[in-house]
Amino acid sequence: MLFKGAMALAWKDLYTEWKTKQTISTMLIFAGLVVIVFSFAFDPMNTTVKAIIPGLIWVIIVFAGLLGLNRSFTSEGKNDTIHALIVAPLDPSSIYLGKFISNLVMILIVEIISIPFLFILFDFKFHANLLYFILTIFIGTFGFVSAGTFLAALSSNSRSSEMLLPIILFPISTPILIGAVQATKIQLISPDKFASAISWMQLITAYDLIIFVACFILYEYVQEV
Amino acid sequence: MKKYQDIELDYAKGVQPVSTIHKLLTYTTAILFIVLVYMAFIYSPVEKTMGPVQKIFYAHVPSAWIAGVAFLGVFILSIAFLITRKRIYDLYAGISAEIGVVFTTIVLTTGPIWGRSSWNSWWSWEPRLTTTLILWFIYLAYVMIRHMDSPWDKRARLAAVFGIIGFLDVPIVFFAIRWWNTKMHPIVFGEGKDQSGGGLEPEMLATLFVGLGAFTLLYIVLLQKGVMIEKAKIAVQAYKEKLQDKLVR
Amino acid sequence: MIKIDNLIKRVGDKVILKGVSLNITKGETVGILGPNGAGKSTLLKVIATLLKPTSGEVTIDGLDLKKDPIKIKSKLGYLPHASLLYDHFTPYENLKFFSKVYYLDNVEERIHKLIDDVGLRLFTHEPVKSFSRGMVQRIAIARSIIHDPEILLLDEPHTGLDQQAIGILNNVVAKLQERDVTTLIVTHDFLQAAKVCDRIVIVRNGRIADDFLLEGQDINLLQKRYQSVVEGDSNAI
Ligand SMILES: Nc1ncnc2c1ncn2[C@@H]1O[C@H](COP(=O)(O)OP(=O)(O)OP(=O)(O)O)[C@@H](O)[C@H]1O
Ligand SMILES: [Mg+2]
Repeated sequence: MLFKGAMALAWKDLYTEWKTKQTISTMLIFAGLVVIVFSFAFDPMNTTVKAIIPGLIWVIIVFAGLLGLNRSFTSEGKNDTIHALIVAPLDPSSIYLGKFISNLVMILIVEIISIPFLFILFDFKFHANLLYFILTIFIGTFGFVSAGTFLAALSSNSRSSEMLLPIILFPISTPILIGAVQATKIQLISPDKFASAISWMQLITAYDLIIFVACFILYEYVQEV
Repeated sequence: MKKYQDIELDYAKGVQPVSTIHKLLTYTTAILFIVLVYMAFIYSPVEKTMGPVQKIFYAHVPSAWIAGVAFLGVFILSIAFLITRKRIYDLYAGISAEIGVVFTTIVLTTGPIWGRSSWNSWWSWEPRLTTTLILWFIYLAYVMIRHMDSPWDKRARLAAVFGIIGFLDVPIVFFAIRWWNTKMHPIVFGEGKDQSGGGLEPEMLATLFVGLGAFTLLYIVLLQKGVMIEKAKIAVQAYKEKLQDKLVR
Repeated sequence: MIKIDNLIKRVGDKVILKGVSLNITKGETVGILGPNGAGKSTLLKVIATLLKPTSGEVTIDGLDLKKDPIKIKSKLGYLPHASLLYDHFTPYENLKFFSKVYYLDNVEERIHKLIDDVGLRLFTHEPVKSFSRGMVQRIAIARSIIHDPEILLLDEPHTGLDQQAIGILNNVVAKLQERDVTTLIVTHDFLQAAKVCDRIVIVRNGRIADDFLLEGQDINLLQKRYQSVVEGDSNAI
């Protein structure tokens, strides 16, 4: 039941996105602009600039992700559709789960398109283990989206929710930002220190578990009207 | 079962007088602070390598301690609020967070002053100081949530939820930053700044303990004071509304 | 069916419902009337599980609102002012989504029948955002009864509807009455209230001011009692 409701909700969000293509296209354009701004700020021809690419990947994920997260609950305010979800026999946790899945899928799509694009523009030769690289990106995104979905629900109660969300989300997700950037950096720049990348990934996984479970349980209190 | 029990119910009689315990605590705190100043500047010796700047230590460490206590308080009070829905817990949590932010600010200003003289740079991405910075941002966010424009019960509920998540986040933040720090700058300044060179002399230790005591009392006094003011505000508001109600009828 | 005992609802420092007790038996159609800001919508929201009571007991079909919210929710149909519909979706897609949310199976036929019933067959696959207010309201009605609720909560359902649509709505309510569905209708429309309701509850200033049975669509009785309760002291609000 929990998953059925969550899947229905996630499907609804993704289908809306499929029809309108609003959020993902905005996120993609934004990601492209970030890359361009960075290439003007740091000369892409300079080889030492390669060192900022791991950080750049996460800047894109975080800021583009923020755009999507902001919309995920405020869009339910139109016609009060969030009320329809509350009066329906859905477990509050399955609303959280559904929103989490749709946000995760959308950000992953943006990543799949924008990260290769970034590598091409900065002429970066990818030598890392692709599987581990993808895993790192995935668990980092997982943690960011679990905290992000929860805090987006929280901030959607405020009239200025777009301003509140980054302020409450960034401090909470610092461990992800530190861990994911480090793990990505080690894999892309200095693959010889692979062991410490693994320990960073363990840290991210621990964060993912703690935050996801806490948000899953506490969501009920955010949603009360 | 009663939900969202309101303060004004037990404050219907109006603003209550300040309790004797509170007065007593206030005086004790004042005296302790005078003692602390005496001990810090006259009684305890000047540190050999750092000189008088080391005195800041007696404000820095107790402030960090109080910040920790205050945020732990927010965490516990938030849970208590979500379970019982009594407004009093929310008031205490809010005041505790505000006190915590103030003392975190003190830590963040005294830290660099200390750092300037011992490491010759204002800011170092030292794990404890950096965690404090993130902590400061987390609780600033908490205070922002509390200032949301909605009825108190909703604000209290959302703030409580954030108070819990924020506190759970702190150990992970600390761990991540410490790790990041050691990976970035392999040889750091010993184990951290609190081991001031070669251990503390007994007079310094005594002064530190007096400092911890004085600051803890100050925290309690501020907490009580803050809640009293909040309660008075609510009582006045309730009284105002009752008056309006009567006038309309 | 619905038992409310000394319900108090505060929002912030404001007391909106000041001790409401109400007992509604199965199959009744109750009209809830009262001046603006009396607390009618709030009362409906509490029953719809949208707002948590501050104190007091609400029991629905023998189930406690606090303990069994999920079970209660699947028995309730709720139609507030807002349409609760997704603008980018067509009526069909909206109903399909909500039938999933209510965990219904084999719904194709039912969805098409509902769309027919509210007279929008031709618009089955047009997005709701291009609809007029009245058309939206018709789909909203279909949405609220998609899961065959045992209790239907309607908040001013007649506003914005043309005569034909009012006819459709009254038909829907009448059909539900036959099936012994309990209906609560908040309205300012005396004519419609007299037409469909067999019991009237008048809410004033967060309290129940009057509660009586209405027989034979007696609109005069309704008006008289409403006036004596509400307009006797019209400066109350
Ligand atoms: N979220 C809220 N915050 C503060 N006050 C509220 C809130 N919702 C409702 N109120 C107040 O509660 C009172 C009752 O509101 P309610 O919507 O229940 O009235 P109503 O009887 O449905 O009125 P109407 O006939 O206009 O629909 C009003 O005075 C309103 O100002
Ligand atoms: Mg209303």
